[in-house]
Order: sequence, then structure tokens, then C-alpha cells
Amino acid sequence: MIKVEWLYWLIGLVFVVMAVQMAADRSNPKRWTSAAFWGLLGLTFPYGTGVANATAKNGDWTLPAEPLGVAVLALIVLAGFNFLGKGVPVTTTGEQREASAARLGNKIFVPALTIPLVAIVCASVLDESGLFETGKATLLGLGLGCVVALVVGMLVTGEKKLSVPVHSGRSMLEAMGSALLLPQLLAVLGSIFAVAGVGDQVGDIMNKVLPDDSKYLAVIAYCVGMFLFTVIMGNAFAAFPVMTAAIGWPVLIQQMHGNEPAVLAIGMLAGFAGTLCTPMAANFNIVPATLLELKDQYGPIKAQLPTGIALLGCCTVIMALFAF
Amino acid sequence: MIVLLGVVVVILGFVTRRNPVLVVGVAGIVTGLLGRMDPLEVLAAFGRSFADSRSVTVYAIVLPVIGLLERYGLREQARNLIGRLGRLSAGRFLTVYLLVRQVTAAFGLNSIGGPAQTVRPLVAPMAEAAAERSTGAKLPERWREKVRSYSASADTVGVFFGEDCFIAIGSILLITGFVNSTYHQDIEPTQLALWAIPLAVCAFVIHGARLLLMDRQLEREMAVAAAEHDLPLPEGADK
Repeated sequence: MIKVEWLYWLIGLVFVVMAVQMAADRSNPKRWTSAAFWGLLGLTFPYGTGVANATAKNGDWTLPAEPLGVAVLALIVLAGFNFLGKGVPVTTTGEQREASAARLGNKIFVPALTIPLVAIVCASVLDESGLFETGKATLLGLGLGCVVALVVGMLVTGEKKLSVPVHSGRSMLEAMGSALLLPQLLAVLGSIFAVAGVGDQVGDIMNKVLPDDSKYLAVIAYCVGMFLFTVIMGNAFAAFPVMTAAIGWPVLIQQMHGNEPAVLAIGMLAGFAGTLCTPMAANFNIVPATLLELKDQYGPIKAQLPTGIALLGCCTVIMALFAF
Repeated sequence: MIVLLGVVVVILGFVTRRNPVLVVGVAGIVTGLLGRMDPLEVLAAFGRSFADSRSVTVYAIVLPVIGLLERYGLREQARNLIGRLGRLSAGRFLTVYLLVRQVTAAFGLNSIGGPAQTVRPLVAPMAEAAAERSTGAKLPERWREKVRSYSASADTVGVFFGEDCFIAIGSILLITGFVNSTYHQDIEPTQLALWAIPLAVCAFVIHGARLLLMDRQLEREMAVAAAEHDLPLPEGADK
């Protein structure tokens, strides 16, 4: 059975190899601290296996979480105080790319399409086969798709040296910089908020503010609350238990007899509308901006903001009209 | 009440545009300590949740493949291909992508697209090429940014408002898991997925319309720019 941890080890290895390359790259003015950052990030992946085992308590080898916490703080310091630099990427010129595009034609799409194709096959056909760890078929399909696509890509382009894709990937990493770390850090923040009881406090405030008998006000409070809390937390999953415990369940379902699946499903989607509008949802909003090399890191959010607000309106109206 | 200061730290940090990594790190430490966790517990919480959230960084594995293909002209060929596909504007192309992304996500195939896998190497260059083709001019920098931003938005809106129509997706399982265990209910995932369909339709109509509106706005601005360019200079303007 292929385990998801193996994929994490592969990613860790890729980061460590890239870090070694960075340490040797004299064109990067901050090469030592950059190498330290990416190398340390790479090491957190295999170490994380031991920490995850400890929380799951499945009898595997375990490691304490505190040293990983120290490593995370070190990553925050390296990224937060601008210790990350970029080397000069060794790559092809515009003319060379045009020429190679003309030579390869549409064959160059084959490796790019291999990634989703393998992911589809893994998620649909092979999911039931027991080949993959339960529930991880899509994630593993993505990883497997990339490995296959790399082989296909080297065959199609005729590239012999494995250092070329590693170098190209490293240039993209250096361009993204600390944005790559942000999604994982936001997940950390979300769980600390949960442990420290931020959610309960918001629920208390909501209960005090809301009048007892107005169905429409309660619907608006639930949907807008899901939206706003998701904007703050960057994650509708973190907002859902809080707002549902505060309003969704006691007021909309128990008191007003709303249709349970309708209230809950639409409430979650009001949170998704909030995800479209916030820099806290970094992997959906900030990471694309860096990947697309935009000058304005809020570009994607600006493109999504009107849609997000309109969808919040749709959620509120649909819930008010059809859930009762 | 005092733990809400952590939320305030986050908001202030983003409003004053501090380094986001630093903002999130400080907010985490502040919230943990205000929530009466001792420093070692805060460290352990950082480590544990960092380990548990490794899956969000998995997309980094895509970068070497895409980097290799870009070196060999992937983006250029994506542009060439769109150039040959008749009268396809950027907005129409992105609307089609939005629909494809929603439908595939609704069937549970939500990792076949994404900013690293599809938007940077294929969707954004194709949308740019389509925009240049339909207006017949090179895109100004501001519009290039805008077309790229809209490409990312088509992907995100598509996956968010498609995936909930699928029953084995995280958010649906989170709802059933939370409600069924907290309130002792037995809600079926299919009932929830059904209620996601009307909003999937709303999302397609709203965002699709905005993508098509972007086309018209682009055409209008480019026409104005072209007209200004062709205008005869007033007498003595070169002095």
C-alpha cells in the first residue's frame, strides 16, 4: 500500500536537494540563509511523520512536537525578516523557447496533461483497489502524476540532465519565497485559535447581540457571520463549527425548524464565499499571485471580491426562502 | 474575551501590510499565551499542526515538471494553440474553464486543476493570448495583470463551488462529522450535496458574467487607446 507519508518524504527530499543547490549558488546574495530555510523546511516533512504518528497513536514510531515547533519559529524568523534571496536563474531565452515550441508542437502538452490524467485515474479507478492509503488517493494521484509527468517530460523534450528540472523548480520556489510557507502557517494559526477558545468567544458575542425571534435576522447573522469569520480565519472549516454552534443549530434549526441539510450546506458555502475575499486564504489567493508573477499580490482577491459578495447574497436569499 | 486580541493582531498586521509570515507567527504566539497555554505547549501546538497540515504544501512537487516544460516553450505553445482557435476571447475561454473546473470538481476531481498545475502553465498564457488575439494588440501591463488575476479567480471559484456537489469531499464530510457527532443526527452526505447545486449554478452565472464583462471592458479600453493613438496631433503639439 502506498502511504501519503512517502509523498511527504519525497517533497522533503526535493526541498533538501534544492537547498544544497542554493548553498552553492553564488549569484544569490543570501545563499546561506536561503539554503537554511528551504533545507529546514525539507527536514520538517519526514520529522512531521513522527509527530503525526504521535497524534494519531497508531503504534508507529513517534517524535515529540516541541522541536518541530522550534523549527517552525526558525522558519518564521528566516522568512519574516527577509533572509530569503534569489539566485539568477539559468534558463532559455524567449527566442529559444519559441523555437523549441515550434519544434515540439503540441507534444509539449503531453507531460502537462499527464499530471491531471494520472490524478483522475488514481482518484477514480484505483481508489477502491487498496493500492493507496484510504482517503488519500487524490493527493497521492497528484504526487504520482508529477513523477510520471517528469519522466514523460524528459523523454518528450529530450532533456537528459535531471538537474535541469530541479533547477527550474528551484527558481520558481525562490520566486515564490515565503508565500509557499503561508498556507501551512495559517493552518497552524487556525488550530491555535481553536485550542485557545477564540471560537467560543465569538459564539458568546453572537448570542448576546442577536434578538430572539427574527428568522431573517438569524439567517443573515449566520451567513454573514460565516463569511466574516472565514475572512478572518482564512478557512471556512474553522468558522463552521463556531457559527453553527452559535446560531446555525440552536437558533435556525432547533428554534425555527429549518431544514437541516439546507441550513448547514448553505452556511458552509457562505464561508466559501468569504474564502474568495481574504488574504488569509493564502493558498487560494496569495500563492496564485506569486505563481503568476503579479505585481499586485491582491490581484486575484480583487478579481474575486464582487463574486464573493454576490454569492454571500445568494446564500442568504436561498436559505431564507427555501430552508424553512 | 482577551484571546480575541490574537484576531486583532492578524487584522492589524494585514492592514498595515507587515510581512504576512511574521503576522501569522506573532498572532499564533500571542493567542496561545493569552489562552493560558504555557510556552512549551505553544511550541508543541505549532509543531503538531504544522505536521498535520503538510498536505497544503504538496503542490510544490509540481514545480520541477512545470519549470522543465516552461524552459522548452510550454507557455509559448499554449499561446500559439489559442491563437489558432478561431474567435475565442479571454472571457469566453475563462468561462469555459470555469465550467470545466466546476463539473470536474463536482465529480471529485478537484486536484486536476490549480494555480501550479494548470493556471500558470496553461490557463493564464492561453487567456492572455486570447485577449491579444481578440483585441488585435499587445496587452498593456495593467491588463496583463488583470487577465492573470481573472485566470486564477476562474480556477478558485470553479473548485469552491463545484466540489461541494460531490459527497466525498472534505467540507461535506466535515459537516456530517461535526453535526452527527455533536448533535447525534444522521444526516447523509447526499442531502448536503443536493443543496450545493443551486449555489454552484449561481456561482457559474455570476462569475461567468463577470468574465464576459471583462472582455467588453477590455475591448472598449483598447478601442479608446487605439483611437487616441490615431488621433491627429493638435497644431504645434510637437513644440
